[in-house]
Amino acid sequence: MEKEQLGQLLNECFPGFTIEPFRDTFRIKADAAAVHPMALILHEDDRLKFDYLINMYGIDFEDHFAISYHFESTRYGTTLFAEIAIANHEAPSVDTVSDIWKTAQYQEREIYDLMGVRFHHHPDLRRLFLEDGWGFPLRKDYTDEINVIER
Amino acid sequence: MQEAELQDIVTSREDGEYIINIGPQHPSTHGVMRFVTSLKGEMIDSVVPETGYIHRGIEKMCERLTYQQVIHLTDRMDYLSAHMNNEAVALLVENALQVEVPDHVKYIRTILCELQRIASHQLWWCAFGMDMGAQTCYFYGLRDREYILDIFEESFGSRLIHSVICPGGLMNDIHPNFQKRTKDFIKYFRKKLPEYDQLLTGNIIFENRTKGVGVLSREDAISYGFTGPCGRGSGFSCDVRKKYPYSAYDKVDFKEILYTEGDSWARYKVRMDEMWESMKIIEQLIDNIPEGPFTAKMKPIIKLPEGEHFQRVETAKGELGVYVISKGDKNPYRIHFRTPCFSNLFPISQLCAGNKIADLIAISGSLDLVIPDIDR
Repeated sequence: MEKEQLGQLLNECFPGFTIEPFRDTFRIKADAAAVHPMALILHEDDRLKFDYLINMYGIDFEDHFAISYHFESTRYGTTLFAEIAIANHEAPSVDTVSDIWKTAQYQEREIYDLMGVRFHHHPDLRRLFLEDGWGFPLRKDYTDEINVIER
Repeated sequence: MQEAELQDIVTSREDGEYIINIGPQHPSTHGVMRFVTSLKGEMIDSVVPETGYIHRGIEKMCERLTYQQVIHLTDRMDYLSAHMNNEAVALLVENALQVEVPDHVKYIRTILCELQRIASHQLWWCAFGMDMGAQTCYFYGLRDREYILDIFEESFGSRLIHSVICPGGLMNDIHPNFQKRTKDFIKYFRKKLPEYDQLLTGNIIFENRTKGVGVLSREDAISYGFTGPCGRGSGFSCDVRKKYPYSAYDKVDFKEILYTEGDSWARYKVRMDEMWESMKIIEQLIDNIPEGPFTAKMKPIIKLPEGEHFQRVETAKGELGVYVISKGDKNPYRIHFRTPCFSNLFPISQLCAGNKIADLIAISGSLDLVIPDIDR
């Protein structure tokens, strides 16, 4: 599928969203509330069919959190980025997409573990690597009083 | 898992169901990794992988390092695909700065990656055989892997984690003997690889333990992000070398191995066939390495332009993605590694359900897991 064609399709499917060109594809920017409906359209629409969630990861921008998704369509060979902004920096939360892509269940557990973003309706939101009660190390304001050795 | 949660699982079990911990120090987990396995008699009900025993916080560490220093942490993730991990970060930096590396470097990178792929598959093959009780495999595999490690050692001084591919090119050029020794190895290994088949592939016990065991359909493979030889065993065409060629992969002719059965046997066959393909790639390149410098001109301090950057490469285990958020500084604001073993691990509960406890070892062996790659 050509890039212009994909751009047209995205504009048609997501009116009111910010869609900007990024590398050889596009990036959709949306708010936390729009995640699940957007993901459903991306996965279910026969003209898009983004069935492979390559990666998702969280970013702490100090005033807000963001989650970046990277999709690929195995039918059309197209890729797409999406960036979700979570305005609430105190208690960040967003809807899960683990019912749509199975890999998201574990990627979301990792984001929760290291970044402290909670996912609504997640079937098994436990910490993945660290112990309960540990802080969230990938946040920018994270300090570890016990294990850091000052030079 | 917390003690209380474990207690919950233990007390909430049904009649005749019981829990076994496999790991964290069990030899067949190939590292520190625990499978909380719930059994009914001999049959597996579910497997819950417990990760984090060697979580080192590589992503957090990288935020304080420069891009040249990040290279050295990447080969500690999947130490059997060290060259490919290095190359992912190197390519990301080069693409972001729009640096064109010399053809000399591209050819050598491709050869190194393919040698590394063969070495990784050899170690997987011998460990897989040993998991299933075929002790001889271990000696055959390690004997032949030694030749590749010697080639690396002669050129770069290290055998396992090289950190030789860096932004802009290579740390140092190849040894004058490199081409001759690589060709000698290919000649040698073309004779030895059929021995692997004679030893294990046709073995009736081996076939019975892998055929039809641990089946994952193509749809599930895509949904789980099951990439690399595992995904291609399920018929998911996911070879980044074919889809988005980098380095010299667009100049060589090779096949993407695809099997559609989706069982342990298919994953085994994909890797065995990939070793032949890797040798084909090396043979096409080894005599044609162009002359030239071993590094492009790079500034001593690398600052990436502001924004998001990403790079995908194909390691021996699957698709590795590096994602960088840069704020224009000399170190990344946020770096994330999408590692192949992380995604390849979690289908294990679905793969094992309904199989016998002994099959867990065969299935987890067929996934070719490297635990530091999962935990990072």
